[in-house]
Amino acid sequence: MNQTFTKSMARNIFFGGSLFFLLILIGLTTHTVTVLPDRDNRQNITPEVALGKKVWEDNNCIGCHTLLGEGAYFAPELGNVYERFGRSKEAIKGFIKSRPVDGIPGRRSMPQFNLSEEELDAIAEFLKYSSEIDTNNWPPNIQG
Amino acid sequence: MKYSSQSVAKPYFIAAIGLFVGQILFGIIMGLQYVVGDFLFPEVPFNVARMVHTNLLIVWLLFGFMGAAYFMVPEESETELYSPKLAIILFWVFLVAGALTIVGYLAVPYATLARITGNDLLPTMGREFLEQPTITKIGIVIVVLGFIFNIGMTILRGRKTVISMVLLMGLVGLAVFFLFSFYNPTNLVLDKMFWWWVVHLWVEGVWELILGSILAFTLIKITGVDREVIEKWLYVIIAMALITGLLGTGHHYFFIGTPDYWLWIGSVFSAMEPIPFFMMTLFAFNMVNKRRRQHPNRAATLWVLGTGVMAFLGAGVWGFLHTLAPVNYYTHGSQITAAHGHMAFYGAYVMIVLTMISYAMPILNGRDAANSNKSQVVEMWGFWLMTISMVFITLFLTGAGILQVYLQRYSETPQAFMVVQDQLTMFYWMREAAGLVFLAGLFTYIASFFVKGEEARLTPAENVVSS
Repeated sequence: MNQTFTKSMARNIFFGGSLFFLLILIGLTTHTVTVLPDRDNRQNITPEVALGKKVWEDNNCIGCHTLLGEGAYFAPELGNVYERFGRSKEAIKGFIKSRPVDGIPGRRSMPQFNLSEEELDAIAEFLKYSSEIDTNNWPPNIQG
Repeated sequence: MKYSSQSVAKPYFIAAIGLFVGQILFGIIMGLQYVVGDFLFPEVPFNVARMVHTNLLIVWLLFGFMGAAYFMVPEESETELYSPKLAIILFWVFLVAGALTIVGYLAVPYATLARITGNDLLPTMGREFLEQPTITKIGIVIVVLGFIFNIGMTILRGRKTVISMVLLMGLVGLAVFFLFSFYNPTNLVLDKMFWWWVVHLWVEGVWELILGSILAFTLIKITGVDREVIEKWLYVIIAMALITGLLGTGHHYFFIGTPDYWLWIGSVFSAMEPIPFFMMTLFAFNMVNKRRRQHPNRAATLWVLGTGVMAFLGAGVWGFLHTLAPVNYYTHGSQITAAHGHMAFYGAYVMIVLTMISYAMPILNGRDAANSNKSQVVEMWGFWLMTISMVFITLFLTGAGILQVYLQRYSETPQAFMVVQDQLTMFYWMREAAGLVFLAGLFTYIASFFVKGEEARLTPAENVVSS
């Protein structure tokens, strides 16, 4: 590198630049948090939705599925599964309940989690809430 | 070895490689589950295998970073490690906690693990890469704090170099951003937003500081290039890493409920994220070309150059491929993401740890600088087998991803997820074959540690230092 560009100049760019952009990141994050109520469907977060998120986490659903495009890519996207299943919570519950314990020969299968009726209702409600978040029109179509 | 306390690095490196083997074995299992869906079902369902695969990666890279720090810092600071005893205690704590967590994943259903580890008290589990029980997370914090204390005290009482200060900043950043893993609000959008403060600000932020400092350290040792020159490069690289990477976080805020201005900010800044990686490539090749002496450890030189190239390809090029919002709209959460993830982690973080091990291990084993020529040849076979097979894993996943995106999201008649998956089988089989070659490469690499022979030395003609 050029001799006129000294190490202390490089150091100043590092400290100055990093600090500057860190502050901008914090600023933008703060702004995002303040405008989120218009987009994140928080008015529909009921105790049932909260339980649903807990069920979602306690069974590591993200280990196979994506939710709003994040997670594993082994099983379908669930951010819009409520729409895909015809806006039917019963259809979601029915699918989860009916998974065979020993799987399907040769095929991928969701495990049987033996969820209680309350947990099934909660997870369906959580997925409904997730589907109503404003995601800038993602996914591109109903298939997720 | 210049300082006897550097020897604490050795168990860290050995543990890292051991866990690496476990990571790859579970990768092979998952690769097979992609095509033989009921393989090991219901004993090891895919989500468990994946959790083991990714968590082992994180843990062994942390072992590698810690080992690297314990090796580098005494030499940089020109003093013995503050407390070798603490380093050994923390090693065993981390290893036992890590092993128990993995055993927990495999032995009981995840929901049971969540219950018996008290996830209800402070729910942090069940989020990608942060699946560890809350008590394990607390354990990680304690180990990392003890580790940083040890490293910090060593630096404090010795010579302060740019390399050790950058390393320390990276490690402190690692600890600070990990704290966001304890924030898990019910609001899914907030949860996702701050989840990235761990994941993105680690791998596309502070970890690059650690990467840069290890790269700089090994380059000084191998090439003998003047420290002033190396340190200037290091500053420029990490400056670009954070200038682009901090706001680059925005490329994860496109479609998770966050406002649409992130589409622009994320696209623009993350599009520049390849710059620091390209500079690392230039850095490694430039320094090796300008070397003032030969180094008998040619395998380590190969790893250093390999890191420069593969980090740029995996993190830089494959990242850029799908980082612009209009492209990511179609590729988000597809096999394209998986392709990028594999080569980026291998090229940047796996390879830098293996670079450090390649340089340090002969010295930790009591040699002057290098293993025997025979051992180095075997190690280089390991390098090429792993690196080339990783290129193919990435290419096959990219092929699968392009087809998936077209069939499922882009065509006039989008097809259902599983219908599309069935059409990608050929790519998944080829990926699995490449994965087996990777495993063979890993075993070859490990075999190199057991190849004996006279230490490789420079010929008198080679053994000169030019000014």
